[in-house]
Order: sequence, then C-alpha cells, then structure tokens
Amino acid sequence: MAQISLPKNSEVNKGKYFKDKTGSKNIRKVNVYRWDPSTEENPRIDTYEVDMDNCPSKVLDILNKIKNEIDPTLAYRRSCAHGVCGSCAMNMGGKNGLACTKPHSEIDGDIDIYPLPHLKVKRDLIGDLDGLYKQYESIEPWLKNNSTKETTEIFQSKEDRAKLDGAYECIMCACCSTSCPSYWWNGDKYLGPAVLLQAYRWIVDSRDDERKARLKKVADELKLYRCHTILNCTSACPKGLNPAKAIAEIKKMLATANV
Amino acid sequence: MSSYNIIDHEYDVVVLGAGGSGLRAAVGLSEAGLKTACISKVFPTRSHTSAAQGGISAALGNMGEDDWRWHMYDTVKGADWLGDQDSIEYLCKEAPKAVLELEKYGVPFSRTDEGKIYQRPFGGMTKNYGNGIVQRTCAAADRTGHAILHTLYGQALKHNTEFFIEYFALDLLMKDGECKGLIAWNLNDGTIHRFRAHTVIIATGGYGKVYYSATSAHTCTGDGNAMVLRAGLPLQDMEFVQFHPTGIYGHGTLISEGVRGEGGYLVNSKGERFMERYAPNAKDLASRDVVSRSMSIEINEGRGVGKDQDHVHLHLSHLDKSVIENRLPGITEAARLFANVDVTKEPIPVVPTVHYNMGGIPTNYKAEVLTVNGSEKTVPGLMAIGEAACVSVHGANRLGSNSLIDLVVFGRAAAKRAAELVKPGAPHEEISETETQKCLDRFDKLRNAQGDNSTAELRLAMQKTMQSKCAVFRTEKNLEEGVNEIRKTYDGIDSISVKDRSLVFNTDLVETLEFDNLIRQAVTTVDSAYHRKESRGAHAREDYPNRDDKKFMQHTLAWCDGKNTKITYRPVHNSTLTNEVQYFPPQERVY
Repeated sequence: MAQISLPKNSEVNKGKYFKDKTGSKNIRKVNVYRWDPSTEENPRIDTYEVDMDNCPSKVLDILNKIKNEIDPTLAYRRSCAHGVCGSCAMNMGGKNGLACTKPHSEIDGDIDIYPLPHLKVKRDLIGDLDGLYKQYESIEPWLKNNSTKETTEIFQSKEDRAKLDGAYECIMCACCSTSCPSYWWNGDKYLGPAVLLQAYRWIVDSRDDERKARLKKVADELKLYRCHTILNCTSACPKGLNPAKAIAEIKKMLATANV
Repeated sequence: MSSYNIIDHEYDVVVLGAGGSGLRAAVGLSEAGLKTACISKVFPTRSHTSAAQGGISAALGNMGEDDWRWHMYDTVKGADWLGDQDSIEYLCKEAPKAVLELEKYGVPFSRTDEGKIYQRPFGGMTKNYGNGIVQRTCAAADRTGHAILHTLYGQALKHNTEFFIEYFALDLLMKDGECKGLIAWNLNDGTIHRFRAHTVIIATGGYGKVYYSATSAHTCTGDGNAMVLRAGLPLQDMEFVQFHPTGIYGHGTLISEGVRGEGGYLVNSKGERFMERYAPNAKDLASRDVVSRSMSIEINEGRGVGKDQDHVHLHLSHLDKSVIENRLPGITEAARLFANVDVTKEPIPVVPTVHYNMGGIPTNYKAEVLTVNGSEKTVPGLMAIGEAACVSVHGANRLGSNSLIDLVVFGRAAAKRAAELVKPGAPHEEISETETQKCLDRFDKLRNAQGDNSTAELRLAMQKTMQSKCAVFRTEKNLEEGVNEIRKTYDGIDSISVKDRSLVFNTDLVETLEFDNLIRQAVTTVDSAYHRKESRGAHAREDYPNRDDKKFMQHTLAWCDGKNTKITYRPVHNSTLTNEVQYFPPQERVY
C-alpha cells in the first residue's frame, strides 16, 4: 500500500499545556489547534484545563473563557453568538458546527477543537473561505427579473414563497461544504452543498426570469454531479437545513426538464 | 517612531462597514460609476444586520390603509420629539420606495394571500396619528435582517463592488477639517493600508458592547464613532441607549418584538398582563422605552419571576401553531437553544437588554456629517449612515423596524449625495505623513503594550459600570459614580497588556483596539447622560421624571479627547423638509 506522509512543516506537534489555576474540582481538558503563519513553527495542539463550574453551556463560552482568562493569543472568528452570522463555524469533537450553538455537554471526554476540515488555515481556528465565497459569486446570487414597474412589488403567491423556505435561511457558515468528502477532493471545481443550496434558492424563486440559464450553468459534471449523496452536509448543517435535498431537486429538474 | 510598510490605494469613495447601510451605499455608488471600496472587519454577511428579526417599516398599505405621514407622526412621537423632523419626513416618505427596491433585489419577504409583501403590527406603529394599530412592518418571517443583508451582498457582487474583507480600520485621515481617507490593518497578512478617498462613508454600526448584557454582536464596538472622536469631531445624543424589552434572560439573545406583534404578551409573577396598566391602548405594543421601563418597575417592585424575581415572562403558547411555525421560526429556535424553552408550551424568560444606540455621528438627511464650530457645518469628505449615524430620525427612542428602513433609505441617500459631490477619477490631494504617523503610533503602542491589565478585565469593568450606572433608570448619584468609575477604567489602558505579537489575525490586538474605541464611547455616553437633567425617551432620570422642552429640546454634542469631554447642545430641527406635511409640535407622550 502506498505510504502517504505529510510534508514536515504541516505535521501537528504537541503544544503547550495550560494547567488550571483556579483550583476547580470540575475541570475539562480542551485541545485546540494552533498555527500562526508569521512564525516558522509547525502547527501544534495546545491543551487548556478549563474550570467548568464557571462556564456557560456552549463551546464558544469555553473559547471565550480561554481567551479572556487563560491565553489571549488564541485566534478564532465570532460575532453574533446566537447562530445567525455564521462566523464561529469550526470542528468540535469531530463534528462541524457553530461554536455558539453547540453545547459542550454533547461532547464526551476531552474537547477537541479544530478549524473547519480541509480548508487552508489562516491562523489557529480561522479557515480560509475565500474559495467558497468566489464560488458563491459564480452562481450570481441576485434576482434577475425583467419587470420595470417601480411602484409595486413583484407578486409572489404564498405557495411560491414557501419554496424558498429551507434555502434562504442559509448563513454561509460552510459547515456543510467542509464536511463533504467530495468537496474535500474537488473543492476547486465542485460547487459543494452550501453554494448549490444557494443556486437552488435562486432557481426556485418564482420571481426570477433566468431559471433555465441558472440550471444550465450548474449542469456540469464537476460543479454539480460530484455530489454522491453522502449526506454529510445535511447532518452537519447547524441550521437544520437540507442541502442534499436541494441538490437532488436540481438534479431532478435537470433530468426531467427540457433545459 | 513606528515604521510599517504602507500599501496605498486611491478610490473615489470608501465605505467603511458592510452591513445593511454600508452595502446599500456601496451598491448606489457603484451604480453611479464611482470607484468604490467597501472595507469591513468581518465578511459582509457576518455583519449584525443579520440579527434583525421582526421587519422593516414602510407605509405600503398592503394590509389596510396607511400613509407615510402617519408613519412620520409615530416616529416623531416614538423619538419623544428629539428627532429632526426634516430627516424623519425624508425617511418615511422614501421608505415605501426603498422596500419595493429591496423586493426587486430579491429579498424573500413573507406574503399576503394576494401575493403582496406581508406586514405585521409593531410597537408604536399606528394609523391616523395614534388612533389604532396599523400593520406597517414588512417581514421575511422573523429573519428579515438576514434576508436583507444577504440580498444586498448579492447586489454588491452584481455591481462588482471592491471589497476589503477582514481589514480593521484604525483612523481617519484628516486635513484642515476635511476627511481625505483612512488607514486600515489587513488581518489576513498583517499589512497596513492607506486609502485615499474624496468621501469616506462610515457605516460601522452601534457600540452595544460597552454594556455587559446586550443583544449586540461581539463585533458591535462602534469603531467608526471612535474614529470620529479621535478626529476631533463630536458624537450626538449618546445618552440615548435603547433597552429592548425582550432579550433572553441570562443570555441576552434578542426575541423579536414581532412576537408581541403577532399577539404575544408579557406577564409578571402574579400572572398579570401588566402592560395594560402602563399603556392602556397600545399595551404590549407600546414603544420599547415604555415597555422596558414598565418591566423594570414590575421587577423592582417584587413582581418579577424566577428564583431571583429578576425577569418576566413572554407568552406565545396561545398563538396558533401555524403562526409560530411560519412567522416566528427563528425565535422558536433561539428560545430552544438559549432558554431551553419550547415556545408552544412554555413562556420565554425575558429582561430588558441593551439593543440599539440612537446616538452616534451627527448628520443631516443627506448623510453628511455635521459639526458645530460657531454654527452648524458639514464636514467635507465625511458621511455616516446606519446605526453609527445620528441623523437624527430616532431621537430619544427608536421604534422597532425603523432601523432597517433607516439603513436602506440613508444608505441610498449617501450614495446619491456622494455622486453629486464627487467627480469620478478626480485627483487626490497630498496629505502630510504626520497624520499617518499619529495613527500608527497609537497602533504600535497598543501592539507592544506590556502592562498588567488584560483587555478582557478592563472591558468587563467598563461593561459592569455601564450596566449598573447608566441603565434603564438613572439618577444624579448613580451617573456621577459612573462618570468617575468609567474614568478609572479608562486610566487602566495606560497599563494594558497585549500578549500576541503577531500581525496576522492578532485578535488580542483587535480586541484591544476595539476596547480603546469602546471606552471613549462609554465616557461620552455616561457624561452626556449626566448632563441631561430631564427624562426623555430612553433616558429616564428618576430625579428629573419629566421632559423639559424648554431646556432640553436639544441634541447633546460630546467631544472627547482622551477622558476629557466637552458637552454642548444644538437645537432640534423644528421644521419639515417640504410642505407635504406640517411640523408635529410636542405633545404629552402616552400610549
């Protein structure tokens, strides 16, 4: 069997150990991926002992506690802290999710925290999503409608509006795409579940006049058909959305419609 | 002296911030053919506009008769007459157009049976000048801000706006009282960038994080406000901080006013719908300052719920299941995640929580920044929009759903005005290096700070002071303590410590710079509050319980140099923009 070995500079080393200083009897060990490109050092896993008696319920609370009380050099993205901005997507206990909505009680044993898988890392827990954002741009996420009337809205029935439910709520956190093995291999060409869900959102918007052109644009062996219905995306979505279904719907439309 | 390599850029206009107002301005500027850069410390869809839930107000009249003049009256009254009525007229008259434009951009609004944009009732929104409730707040379920923000980002992409994402702005470049650009730090690779621009539009949002418990995001640190203070310009009406009645107890997550709009109500420990006593007509849909004060009184008089009797209950389990499912799915999720509550069965524990800053950078209705130097003057090259600005349309208290409309109406107005003022491709003036050096010296000093006070400790001290000394109810004694205490925290910055020495995503330094921004705003807020010896809107003084129009029908202006502030006043505009509506003279404000 072929032996695959990592380049020397990306081997993850054992990092620093931060012992609890509070004397708490209720300690959990938290292992966090660390890397700073401005040093010449390899990535490492730092371990923090965290006093759980004075820590609210979410993984983000643990990270904030580490940053505020133990080690201010830890870098991660965060903003709204209630699951709507999508900043704090990361891999916790082996599963992608939002640190601000993920209860740490759901993770057994030591808590391992890594950046979203298979992204280039910018620093520590901060993944590089630039490629995914470019792909998002490529599906032209804006309404294409030829109506010129300025004084009224474009009417849309309740039923047609309901078709957007489950798609427009996406917060672009990338938990789904970065959990998808197909996206890991072909992330440069396969659009991945997050972007395809958004493509679907515009395809099914009854107000959009470019449905066919949009379908044609994604009807590509690599952009769309690299989805092999693994369904990791749906299981990873912290908002309870179903990108796999949206992808299947796009495939169905392409199979049945004359595009 | 600090030495950093500087990368220079030239743009016609630079927009600082990529939330709802910044993106709307950027779209308009790109449409007008101006070379535009949009700089943001977070990716645009991470901006806090995404957290707005209930909706965006506009007198569309989709759900019964409506008139923008009624909307204007409600806004004037909601503002407790501290709003500038020329600006309010502009806001309310332009609102329907702005919402229809959003719809054409693709915002997935909820719909009526006829397929029109769905509108819900909201606090303080009435018909026929205060006579009955009107449905004026356009909604995309309870995720309206999210829907608008993502749609506007799409529009900006459509117009090829140039984004500089995860750049942290440091300071404005000023020359002879005019703004010539700004300096920003690229977190991605640690480089320093100097942007020259004929106009800088500040759209950096509010500064809710000066308080301990706020619905605001971690990133709501009012960076633009602080840059304005450092540029020697004043901030306006900073004492007016809105407490949203329904933040989840213990966590601060927002529960939309839309819940009460759809029929939810507040209850105390005795099971009473107490709002009936405080606002016999509007009840739970009185304006936010009124509801928050009523809740605080209930709690202070021992009728709070819970072990410590320090919050109240928001009931919605009586609502139709389909209403909860279709119109309130987001708050159903939030209540489950952060209060462990099934809203179809149990009430949500809620408490008034800091939510919005009515105050900010003073502007006229064209979004041009104002200062007072002898008389009212615009600051050439500088504009402000959104929560960062104080236009002032919200005066002493903002009505729910008036913030989203503020973003798009004035984002659009700023782009229009900039297009009038700036000639595309006009050459840039030389600016002396001393401005750049001054900015980088502050940056370098904080970057290498080796004191004993951690940023997190100082921030916590500031937040606790603001929470206890400058909250829903205020007194002379309390505020005086606040004025002194906050200065002690300010002094702490001399011995602050930054442990991270990297320039790439050094979030330790980011938070320290943010703290440096926050503390200046905390000082101006508590000082402004101390000097306003009356009660108006969100500023409730127990020692001065009445509104004093004789002395205080004025905007507070606060300059802040370090911890020294100067407080002056400028009159509220007492005329409308056109003859299409008459000035609404002050009345007693009852709901």
